Amino acid sequence: MNDTTVAIQAAASAVNPADTAWMLVACAMVLLMTPALAFFYGGLVRSKNTLNTMMMSFASMGVAGVLWVLAGYSLAFSPGSGWLGGSGFLLLRGVGIEPNGTIPHILYMAYQGTFAIITAALISGAVVERIRFAPYIAFISLWTLLVYAPVAHWVWGANGWLADLGALDFAGGTVVHVNAGMAALVAALVVRPRKDYGRQALVPHNVPFVLLGAGLLWFGWFGFNAGSALGANGKAAIAFVNTMLAPSAALTTWMLLDFVRSGRPTAVGAATGIVVGLVAVTPAAGFVSPLSALAIGAIGVIPSYFVIRWRSRTRLDDSLDVVAAHGLGGLTGALLTGVFAEKAWGGVDGLLAGNPRQVGIQAIACLVTLAYSGAASFLLLKAIGVLIPLRSREGMEAVGMDLTMHEEEAYASGEGAILVDEPGMFETALDGVAGVPQSAGGAV
Amino acid sequence: MRLIVAIIRPEKLNDVLGALFKADVKGLTIGKVQGHGGETELVATYRGNRVKMALAEKVRLEIGVSDPFVDVTVDAILTSARTGEVGDGKVFVLPVEKVYRIRTGEEGRSAVTPVPRAD
Repeated sequence: MNDTTVAIQAAASAVNPADTAWMLVACAMVLLMTPALAFFYGGLVRSKNTLNTMMMSFASMGVAGVLWVLAGYSLAFSPGSGWLGGSGFLLLRGVGIEPNGTIPHILYMAYQGTFAIITAALISGAVVERIRFAPYIAFISLWTLLVYAPVAHWVWGANGWLADLGALDFAGGTVVHVNAGMAALVAALVVRPRKDYGRQALVPHNVPFVLLGAGLLWFGWFGFNAGSALGANGKAAIAFVNTMLAPSAALTTWMLLDFVRSGRPTAVGAATGIVVGLVAVTPAAGFVSPLSALAIGAIGVIPSYFVIRWRSRTRLDDSLDVVAAHGLGGLTGALLTGVFAEKAWGGVDGLLAGNPRQVGIQAIACLVTLAYSGAASFLLLKAIGVLIPLRSREGMEAVGMDLTMHEEEAYASGEGAILVDEPGMFETALDGVAGVPQSAGGAV
Repeated sequence: MRLIVAIIRPEKLNDVLGALFKADVKGLTIGKVQGHGGETELVATYRGNRVKMALAEKVRLEIGVSDPFVDVTVDAILTSARTGEVGDGKVFVLPVEKVYRIRTGEEGRSAVTPVPRAD
């Protein structure tokens, strides 16, 4: 037996099978949240922009996933300074099946990668229906490395300075939602409003998609929050239950607010309420009691509810309300974590348990994230904008981003569609087939 | 009495409706249609197969108006539906033999004159 085998066996002995099994599943569940987000966002836009909107989420599973493995994971999680991880895990050097906690290191890396993927995708909701695809990809690629990874390091890294300060962020309220929300605000301002914004009613084209997306997000979020316990244990159970309860309270509150204001609880509102409830409980999930989770859900949606109503009457075309749902929901959740956290439930004592200082620490973590994410996102977008135009031309926006960016339609009827390229192959293949005009391939 | 049939770009529908309502033309029917008006075809690609979209999405408006409203209506459409590119559409003005309002049985001009709303 050579030394390597011995090392691997010794390493494997500290890996817990139950923890590993749960984390394998949790990782897949978090990855599913990105397609879920694609449906949530895709249903909210006009039909001519459906594919482009959904692709902005799906593409993140490509580029953010690759960049995470190449460099992002190292910048976020390898030992470095308090401000940034080192180069130790570049190209996954030294990341194998040895235990990280009680699960294989490589699984921990993949799990964190699914977070980076959805965080980048969240931003897209602020700029749908007019940003060009290439600059968007360039932006989320650079953003994953230069904004997401450092902030993740501050909060979750081995010696991250916000972690040392005592900021509580169980599953990413600050790292994911405040961070993405601020980037979304900057992106909406830099890319500027859609041509039709404020001139026409821009209504969701498929509300069932929105509900489907919200439902799948909720499902995936159990992996996001309960998985953040990094094991199959009591803490995971607390986070799991809180992830069930906070959105329940949030959804109920949202319907009540709708009911009081107009007498008509809306489906888009219900879907939004679920997402904001999930966002709000994310930083708190493993630190608060189930009843506190109910309170966080119920209180957490109130600012977002009113800001969404107000925002659509302003010139801020944050098209799918990423700022109100994720940015503000994340802020509210982070602060409420400082209020409701309890040592008895796995956190440190917060305001209600007699430690008001925790709310201040939470606020500092949020402010730092807002400042860094805002400034860095602005610089990145401006730099990309110098090289390639961020926006599509007005005429292309009118035709829709599906055809202009992807040459596809979400709901093509096929009527009047004529095959153009490489007719030869098709002509021979279809020769003499009943009902196929001989000229099908070559006439045009 | 004329029936005005207009084929316009779908993205111009809101502008056209705005112009028509401003001109006090309030009764109309619209439908989504597909057609070809000499514009450059959009191209789509599915799994490597390039497809030319020979039929473009259009919206057809049908508006029955009394004679004094014909020019007003046509002008409103012409100015609001125009982008200057090929494919802006057409406006047809057709003679109408008879018009009835189903609710009252009224005929002719009064059938196409909107009733002032109670509110």
